[in-house]
Amino acid sequence: MVVEAGLIYRTTREIRGPLLFVEGVRDVAYDEVVRVITAEGEVMGSVLDVSRDWALIQVFGETSGMDLNVGVRFTGETLKIPVSDELIGRIFSGSFEPLDGMSSPLSTDVRDVHGGVINPAARAVPSEFIQTGVSAIDGMNSLVRGQKLPIFSESGLPHNRLAAQIARQATIPGREEEFAIVFAAMGIKHEEAEFFREEFEKTGALSKSVMILNLADDPPIERLVTPRIAQTIAEYLAFDLDMHILVILTDMTNYAEALRSISIAREEIPTRKGYPGYLYSDLATIYERAGRIKGKRGSITLMPILTMPGGDITHPVPDLTGYITEGQLILERDLYLRGIYPPMNVLPSLSRLMKDGIGVGKTRRDHADVSNQLYMAYAEGTRARGLVRIVGVVGLSERERGYLEFADEFERRFVNQGYYENRSIEKTLDIAWDLLSMLPEEDLIRIREEYIKEFHPSYRGRG
Amino acid sequence: MELRGVIERINGSLVITRFEEEPKIGDLVEVGEMGLMGEIVRLSEKTAYIQCYEATSGLKPGEPVLDTGKPLVAELGPGLITTIFDGVQRSESTLWEIAGPFITRGIHIPALDRERRWHFEPRVEAGERVVGGDIIGVVRETEAVEHRILIPPGLRGRIREISEGDYTVVEPVAELETPWGERQELRMMQEWPVRTPRPYKERIPLVAPLITGQRVIDTFFPVAKGGAASIPGGFGTGKTVMLQQISKWADADIIVLIGCGERGNEMADVVTHFPKLIDPKTGEELIERTIIVANVSNMPVSAREASIYLGVTMGEYFRDQGYDVALMADSTSRWAEALRDVSGRLEEIPAERGFPAYLADRIAEIYERAGRVITLGSGERIGSLTILGAVSPPAGDFSEPVTTHTLRFIGTFWALDTELAFRRHFPAIHWLRSFTRYLDVASKWWSRFDPRWEEMRGKALELLEEASEIEETARIIGEKALPDEQRLVLLIAEMIREGFLVQNAFDEVDTYCEAEKQVALLRALMEFYDRTEPLVRKGIPIEKIRGLRVVPELMRLKERRGLEPIERAKAEMEREVRELEEEYREAI
Repeated sequence: MVVEAGLIYRTTREIRGPLLFVEGVRDVAYDEVVRVITAEGEVMGSVLDVSRDWALIQVFGETSGMDLNVGVRFTGETLKIPVSDELIGRIFSGSFEPLDGMSSPLSTDVRDVHGGVINPAARAVPSEFIQTGVSAIDGMNSLVRGQKLPIFSESGLPHNRLAAQIARQATIPGREEEFAIVFAAMGIKHEEAEFFREEFEKTGALSKSVMILNLADDPPIERLVTPRIAQTIAEYLAFDLDMHILVILTDMTNYAEALRSISIAREEIPTRKGYPGYLYSDLATIYERAGRIKGKRGSITLMPILTMPGGDITHPVPDLTGYITEGQLILERDLYLRGIYPPMNVLPSLSRLMKDGIGVGKTRRDHADVSNQLYMAYAEGTRARGLVRIVGVVGLSERERGYLEFADEFERRFVNQGYYENRSIEKTLDIAWDLLSMLPEEDLIRIREEYIKEFHPSYRGRG
Repeated sequence: MELRGVIERINGSLVITRFEEEPKIGDLVEVGEMGLMGEIVRLSEKTAYIQCYEATSGLKPGEPVLDTGKPLVAELGPGLITTIFDGVQRSESTLWEIAGPFITRGIHIPALDRERRWHFEPRVEAGERVVGGDIIGVVRETEAVEHRILIPPGLRGRIREISEGDYTVVEPVAELETPWGERQELRMMQEWPVRTPRPYKERIPLVAPLITGQRVIDTFFPVAKGGAASIPGGFGTGKTVMLQQISKWADADIIVLIGCGERGNEMADVVTHFPKLIDPKTGEELIERTIIVANVSNMPVSAREASIYLGVTMGEYFRDQGYDVALMADSTSRWAEALRDVSGRLEEIPAERGFPAYLADRIAEIYERAGRVITLGSGERIGSLTILGAVSPPAGDFSEPVTTHTLRFIGTFWALDTELAFRRHFPAIHWLRSFTRYLDVASKWWSRFDPRWEEMRGKALELLEEASEIEETARIIGEKALPDEQRLVLLIAEMIREGFLVQNAFDEVDTYCEAEKQVALLRALMEFYDRTEPLVRKGIPIEKIRGLRVVPELMRLKERRGLEPIERAKAEMEREVRELEEEYREAI
């Protein structure tokens, strides 16, 4: 952290939760970084509201134990971090203190953690298909380089495994370019962080990754800067060093809770579930830093993970995230209990940028149609499954029974796969065709006839 | 008049400033050493509350503020088309050239290029009398758009001088002598305060639907040219794709596309893909008639609020030239959140969900700027502005304030449905929850293709409605247990859904459906029902009907080019139905 000396004020008049109210200050800037000096050491904070003679400060650490006599030093700078290629392979705390026993990074190149806004005119449309080797993603919710695609999950589901599998397998078919990973943890458990560290170590990814860890027992307010530090590093690696970066942010729900606690301490008017009205805009300033820029080689692909409290997708955090990100991958307990891995419900899942990343020259020309047909057929099958609960299998028409069987097989053979199973996109689409051939051919109306003639198993080998 | 002040307090985007004299509400100000753009939103004697359009971090109390004495205005003139503006009308391409790919604060650039020359052709002669709104000349702005240079509202007099030539937007192209003998230079550029509606002579009735080539819209829930429509839907229901489809294919002369607090990549998508698409009407690239305002979600919230007014003002300006303008605002919810944000910082007492009590008034103000009018000026020039606003209701809940208030002020409502989106039924416009108040206008227009249009449309909607009721029953007793007449209704509803309502925006043929083809498709589907319904009543089993080869064909007609395949399918249907009748003649 770049910190410069300055006056120390001992004029704190009020401590309310994570907020300090300091009087008699001069020449303080909005958003300026503050060092709060206590008997135990220093804690970082930043200015939230400032007038000519007072400032309101949010503290990114514990305020319990502080008294009104704490020293407050204004640094004259907004929050900046030094960036260089030496960050690669390092592990830091949620406020950028080294956790790997090495020294603090130094560089003359310092960047504001809030970053800039990518000019919409300078953005390049993400369009390179990333093969993750996971059928439910590649086949039906394809990820492209520069996309922001979150995983919506619930506690206890294997979202970490899925994220680690994607990080391990993700590649652009035909090119030997791998991702470097920037990993930011917010309020997750030690063992979860350890899981990622081991996974990255096993695959050799650790040596080209940067890990920023704020764990469950670290100060919650620190989480407000953790993802911003991660994105600042990612921007530097992608747009200065031309690297392809996959950013994993987990768990964004913990981040939002930290934001909420500041908002409540400031007595702001809450909107839903106590979250502030600016949650959408705030999340956007983190998520929107992903993407591609015209004339730059590198890219930032973003995969935030968030657990939906109570599995409720209408909860403000997943809801607002879904409005910002380019789709979402949804994991469900129901599928998990039936032993499906990844337990991804494809129906509410979506990749908005899929259309630009698939098709001729990218994946295969039948890809879009096959995906559409799978959606329609699986939706039909799950509807039939609902009916069975009421009328029993005997009450179904033959057609409905066909779809019911399709849905079961689809989950078992297409969605379900091994943690170490890396399917090529061709393999994924071939499984899809095998499944679709269970249905009457005239029902495949979302697929162009020429593709049916070319790829349908019953025409194969007929030349 | 310019006034100076000093910053007292900074709270996010709100900057409280004390001026030496009382400033005016709505004045544009330059804040701090960096000269950030802002607007005065509240006044208490000499203390002004400023909403700042750029990020305020690093700003200090004590820094200077300059009140420009002018409200937030839009610059109007040649150079608007194809440009991408931010919420306060700075060209983002120019910002990129000046400051690189990341947006930098405190850059002041004029909206219209001051260097570029345009070829001006006069349309009036020296000595002619003109009034505000009259066209004095034209500029070929793009291949598709002739930019008509107007006398600014309120001005009148006699043209003293006017000449053809290449001018920049700020050079005089003509000179006017007012009735009081004053001389006034006329330039191609004029300014207009964005929050004030531009004046017109008279509002007139709406007469034609906006044809978008999207079947569910044009046939079932049309919007009139000059009308207003709203499109609410949870995330992933396809609002943005739909608005993009309309902005691509709508038969308007000018398109204004406002990305208000939405994704940066969507704007990049528009800029990348529009130039590759050709307008079926003019044969020109679609970008040649499009103005884009891109104030994306991670840009400062308060500029979002301005972006909608800016877009509407530019739309009105082209309306005043006698054009049909269609404006898409995606999304008005983000605009409303910007209102809420500023209101919260001003510590106003909130009404519902933290929104200020004046939310409904502000929504009404925007949609009321839509309309079909006789413009100012001599003669009877007609122009229209159609406003289509996306709404992003939290949790997809249509009972939230922005959706409910919007409903009061619009004529067409396209309700997007999550279940439909899950099955990849796009556009996911739900036929039972959507409505249009422009059916009369549309009926008159469509009857040119088929006098029975309104009847067919009504019948199709009725069948869809009946099908959803039958499905309720089927959910309890199973489809198999239903009488065949009802199962036929389910079949025809499925055929209407798949063969008509579902439209693939990414398919070369299906992305745009001509009006003639829409009518022919609908007619073919309804004839299928009319022909098969008597058979089922006579006891021919539904499985036989479902097994007809023409059934999947009818659902595929939309992806075939032209009308000829439809005629062929109808002949095929006739033949198959006869065969079936033959087969069952004895039994019947």
